Amino acid sequence: MEIETLSGSEILIQSFSRFSPVWIALAVTLVVGFLFRAKLGTFGRLYGSPIGLAGAMIVLFWVFTAILSDLVAPMGGRDVAFLMKKAPLGGIDPQSGIAFLWGGDNLGRDVFSRVVHGSQVVLIIAPAATLIAYMVGITLGLPAGYYTGRIDALLSFLANLVLAFPVILLFYLLVTPEIRELQYDTWLLGWLGVGWSIPRAMAAFFFLFPIIFLLILWFTKYEKNQQRLMLYGAVTMVVGFWIYFGIAFGWEPAIGSVPLNLSLDPNELNVFAAVVFASSPGVFRIVRGLTMDIKTRDYVAAAQTRGERPWYIMLWEILPNARGPLIVDLCLRIGYTTILLGTLGFFGLGLEPESPDWGSMINHGRQFVRLAETAHMALFPALALMMLVLGLNLMADGLREESLKD
Amino acid sequence: MFLFILRRFGTILLTMLCLTLVVFYMVNLDANLEKLAKTQGSMRMTDEQVASWLDNNGYSGGMLTRYGEWLGVVPGWRKEVDGEITGKCIKKGMAPEEAAAYCGVLQGDFGYSLRLQKPVGEVLPQYLGYTGILMFWVMVVMVPGALIIGVLAGMREGSGLDRSLSVASIASTSAPEYVTGIVFTVIFASSLGILKGIASTRSITIENFTLPVMTMAIYGIGYIARMTRASMAEVMTSQYIRTARLKGLEFRQVVLKHALRNALIAPFTVIMLQFPWLLTGVVIVESMFNYKGFGWLLVRAAENNDIDLLLACSCVAVVVVLLTQLISDIGYAYLNPRIRVS
Repeated sequence: MEIETLSGSEILIQSFSRFSPVWIALAVTLVVGFLFRAKLGTFGRLYGSPIGLAGAMIVLFWVFTAILSDLVAPMGGRDVAFLMKKAPLGGIDPQSGIAFLWGGDNLGRDVFSRVVHGSQVVLIIAPAATLIAYMVGITLGLPAGYYTGRIDALLSFLANLVLAFPVILLFYLLVTPEIRELQYDTWLLGWLGVGWSIPRAMAAFFFLFPIIFLLILWFTKYEKNQQRLMLYGAVTMVVGFWIYFGIAFGWEPAIGSVPLNLSLDPNELNVFAAVVFASSPGVFRIVRGLTMDIKTRDYVAAAQTRGERPWYIMLWEILPNARGPLIVDLCLRIGYTTILLGTLGFFGLGLEPESPDWGSMINHGRQFVRLAETAHMALFPALALMMLVLGLNLMADGLREESLKD
Repeated sequence: MFLFILRRFGTILLTMLCLTLVVFYMVNLDANLEKLAKTQGSMRMTDEQVASWLDNNGYSGGMLTRYGEWLGVVPGWRKEVDGEITGKCIKKGMAPEEAAAYCGVLQGDFGYSLRLQKPVGEVLPQYLGYTGILMFWVMVVMVPGALIIGVLAGMREGSGLDRSLSVASIASTSAPEYVTGIVFTVIFASSLGILKGIASTRSITIENFTLPVMTMAIYGIGYIARMTRASMAEVMTSQYIRTARLKGLEFRQVVLKHALRNALIAPFTVIMLQFPWLLTGVVIVESMFNYKGFGWLLVRAAENNDIDLLLACSCVAVVVVLLTQLISDIGYAYLNPRIRVS
């Protein structure tokens, strides 16, 4: 059966108009941001740099696409239209009348919808994994840079160990289906009924750091204000451990019949833990270097003379003063994590093959790339991924330029 | 200086020991060994058959003992099955009495690849050679290209040329190999049909090689160019450049004779540190263009849990990473007279 197709210009116009909710959201953000730019701190200064602003807009474009994906995409990420297998660009599905602007893949799924839904996967995992890597890197990097000596030597050796590992090999070893099998080999695990696997152990270790970090943060700040300390500490513990046990151990609590579970699928947990593991040593090195530099400043000496505790100095004197380079690095690192996720997808590791994340789509479509008629399957997710990373890099560049102006 | 290098070599050895132990542990997880047994024997093996296969092929000993065997500090295993003696050090067609007691990495024996059915020591250099050829061409394209872009951009900071080159280099660092590879293949191979989307190790022609080389070079060019630009811009604001300009020297002369040499110190380290990145790139590009080099081998080894091959591959990878770090440190001290290693 012949499939009717739209013309080239119609594809362009429709591709643009389908994103209209995103365009509106972008315009609102741009205007509101401009009005309050003075109060936005570092990000408000992006208005001074056209390149940085362009980057921020690209990033926001994908953020809004992820949030509004159900409005933008005409179909679900896994929906199949049987007549649309390998449909060309702009093909119209005779059954539903939906135009497949960016063509259909070999299973008859709409590439446009999949790319849009895929932004959700990428924009949840990449920033979340990077943030956790940041918590780990900060919690370990601050003492290493502040105390130096043995702690530093040990932690640096471990960080270099991970960094010397070729990323790709690391992923091949860490993200295989075999490694996810739970083991109950000691009596304690058998008695508790909690199996362990390497990804789970890694998640259990790394995801503890955000909680530790926040607890130390509250403790050092509100040491003399017991009530506040109790309140903040309690909230952090309750929320933190609820998320922690949900994510790392698949705990599924419920109040009555209302499920409160946050558990991840074993695949996702595996990818998450591997990405955090691969990027925390880099953060550690940066934080350590910055701490060593800032430690010699006068205000740190003043705090030491006042008799402040070391952790107070690290978290409330050194860390806020390192925020400029750290924010820039955060942007770059989220981009790099996105690339890593894509690499994982490219080798078919990690997320299940059905998932509409960009890496898996590229992997899925690359076998069809050598024919011009089917090349779109891999091309569009690849371009989307590149756009997001480009936006993050441009934004980082703009932020760096602006921070150098002081 | 000598002591410094010696100490660094000590760290390298320690790092390698730790890393190979980690890799060894991961590839020898129960689930992985079961998979290995099933791919080597048959998929329908029962648990007992798997256990006996593992036992007969020397996978049943303790993890540390077997790591020692692989390393060559513990005698290789020997077993008598149905009156026939087999063992780690007993090659096919060799009498058990002639075989050496130890055969590990320290004795120069990297083991046997079950997937390729050949000794690892024989396979690896061949594949590494092919990757070497690819890397050579990548370097030939990447290094001069990146340095020229960086110097041009950093020469006049803030100029139009600088802005456009900077954005271009940011764009190139944002495009990982699997993106550029696909975009290039679609444009040059699928649509225009000028170049080939597959690279062969047998014939190295422009048609075959352009796409993989360009794909790998583009990702690195942006990064090196940005470093060169930063270093060039810094040099151009220094006192001696201003003096040279005030003396009335031509701008060209100042850039080529005074600025360039000092501006190229920082990029040197960056280029050396780029090798580990290229390693990941090699794996992606080689699987994408089906070029049978080291990266291709690594993927095959990892997918089939080919223990000896995977261990050897990781050794090579780790050595590359650590050696380039060492070279970049030494080179930096050598190029920059203000820094002394001690």
